[in-house]
Amino acid sequence: MTESTDMAQDYTPSEMMIVTAARALKGVRTVFVGVGLPNSACNLARRTVAPDLELIYESGVYGARPGRLPLSIGDPTLISGATSVCSMIDLFGLYLQGGLVEVAFLGGAQIDRLGNLNTTVIGDWEHPKVRLPGSGGACEIATNARRVFVIMRLKGRAFVEQLHFLTSPGHLGGLAEREALGLPGAGPQLVVTDKCVFDFDVETREMTLQTLHPGATLAEVKEAVAWDLAVAPDLVETEPPTGDELRLLREELDPHGMYR
Amino acid sequence: MADKLTTMAEAVAAYVHDGDAVAIEGFTSCICFAAAHEVIRQGRRDLTLCRMTPDLIYDQMIAAGCASRMVFSYLGNPGVGSLHCVRRAVEKGIPRAITLEEYSHFGMVGRYTAGAYRLPFFPLRSYKGSDLPEVNPRIRFVESPYDAEEIAVVPPLNPDVAIVHAARADRQGNTQLWGLLGVQKEAAFAARHVIAVVEEIVDIDVIRSDPNRTIIPDLVVDAVVHEPYGAHPSYVQGYYDRDNAFYLDWYEVTREQATTEAWLEEWVYGVQDRADYVEKMGVDVWDRLAPGEAMAKPVNYGRYR
Repeated sequence: MTESTDMAQDYTPSEMMIVTAARALKGVRTVFVGVGLPNSACNLARRTVAPDLELIYESGVYGARPGRLPLSIGDPTLISGATSVCSMIDLFGLYLQGGLVEVAFLGGAQIDRLGNLNTTVIGDWEHPKVRLPGSGGACEIATNARRVFVIMRLKGRAFVEQLHFLTSPGHLGGLAEREALGLPGAGPQLVVTDKCVFDFDVETREMTLQTLHPGATLAEVKEAVAWDLAVAPDLVETEPPTGDELRLLREELDPHGMYR
Repeated sequence: MADKLTTMAEAVAAYVHDGDAVAIEGFTSCICFAAAHEVIRQGRRDLTLCRMTPDLIYDQMIAAGCASRMVFSYLGNPGVGSLHCVRRAVEKGIPRAITLEEYSHFGMVGRYTAGAYRLPFFPLRSYKGSDLPEVNPRIRFVESPYDAEEIAVVPPLNPDVAIVHAARADRQGNTQLWGLLGVQKEAAFAARHVIAVVEEIVDIDVIRSDPNRTIIPDLVVDAVVHEPYGAHPSYVQGYYDRDNAFYLDWYEVTREQATTEAWLEEWVYGVQDRADYVEKMGVDVWDRLAPGEAMAKPVNYGRYR
C-alpha cells in the first residue's frame, strides 16, 4: 500500500464535498466562485479536471490566481495577478447577464425540493427569528448563470418542504416554470452535501438522490430531508477522494486547514 | 483651479447633514471608516445609510445612533457572521430603531447607475420568482416596449453625499483607483456632493501620466481629504492589507451594546482624528498589514505632438 492510499482512507466531510464539487467542474471554462468550500473546489478543479477554468468573483475579478485562501470575496489576493478587474456594473452586466458564467456556486440556509434557496430570513421578514445576510448577488446569479451547483450541509433542517423566504430562484414550481418566466440560466443541476449528492429530474426538476458518500446511509439522508425524497434507481456510492486530490488540498491549496 | 484639499472634520461639517442620504461605498476595499468616525463624532442623526454591504462601517454608525434607515443588498460581516449592532437596532430599537430597504447586489449597482445617468429606472434580469419584490415595493416589473418581455426595474439612487475612498488624487479632486472598483464611480456621479478621501495627494502631472486610472474627475468632487490608512480595517490595494483579525474580533466586541459603546469611546470619541487613531493603533499593526510590492509594468501612452 502506498502512502497516498493511506491518506485517502482518512478524510473529512468538507474534503469530500470539495473533491466532489471539483470533479463536477470537469471541462468547465468559467465559474462564479464564493468563499469557503467553493473556492477550494474551484482551485482544486483547475489543478485537476479543468485546467482552463477561470475564476470569476462578484467583486469584479476575472481570472483570479489567489496566492492565499481569501476570507472574503473581495480579498486583495484575488486582485494581484488576476487577468482582469472591473467595476461591478461590468461584472454583473457584461459577464453575468452577458451569459459568460458557465457554472455558479451558491449555498443557503434553506433549500426546497426544487432547488429554490433562502439566504434572507428564518421566520417573517418584518420580524425575523434569524436575520440572514440576504441576496448579495445570489438572486441574479441564480437567474443568469448557465448552470448552478449548490454546496450545503445536510443538517439543521435545511432541506425544507416550504422556504421561509425565496431569495434565489431554483426551478421555482417545477417543470418548465423557469423557461416560461424567461430566466436565461438552466437553474440548479447539482447539490453537493456532506452525506450525498443530489441532481434534478430533467422533466419534473425535482431534487433526486444520485450518490451516497461512503459511510452515509439512505435512511439518514431521508431523515434529514423534509419531503418524500426521490431516489435514483441506480443509486451508487460517491467516489471517495484520491490521495492525489487530498495531497493537493492539504499541502498546496489549504495548508493551514481553514476549510478542512 | 480650485484647491479642494481640506480636513475630514471640515468636509463632514460642510457636506453631511442630519437627515441626509449618505453613501460610503467601497466593496470590501476602500471603505472609508475615517469618514464614518468623523460623522459619529459630529453627532449626525437620522441618516439614510446606503451601501451594498453595510459591513462594520454601518454597524458602527448604527451603534452610535446616526441612522434611521438603511438601503442595502448584503447584511453580514463577510466570512464571519452577523452584524450585531444592525440586528439590535432592527430587532430591539437599540440605540435607535432603523428601517430596512433591501435589494440584491445587481439591484443596488443598477440604482447607482440609473442615478448617475439621470434615468428613471434601471432594468435587470433578476427578481423573477424571488420574494424580494414582495418585501420591497420599489422593485417592480415593466413590459419592454420592443418585444413585450417583462423585466425587473429598480429606481435611481441619488445620495445627498457620497464619500469615496481611493488610492490618490490631486488637490482639485481628480481621483485614481486600482484594485476593486466596486461602485465608487457610479456612486460619485450619482451623488449631489462628493468627498474624495485618498491615501496620497499627488501632483496633476502624476494624474495626467496615467489618465485611464482616473475614475472620478474633479468636476463632481466637492472636497478632497488626505487620510492615510483611512480605510482601515478594510484595505487599499497596494497600500495595506485587509485587517481580517479586526473583522473576526468585531463579532465578539459587539455582542453587547455596552461593549460596543466602550469600543466607540476608545477608538472614535477618544481620538481627535484619523491621524490620532493611526498613532494609537501602533506601528506593529501597520507593519503586519504592509503588503510588499507587485508593480505593474509601465505602459507607453506615446508622445503625440
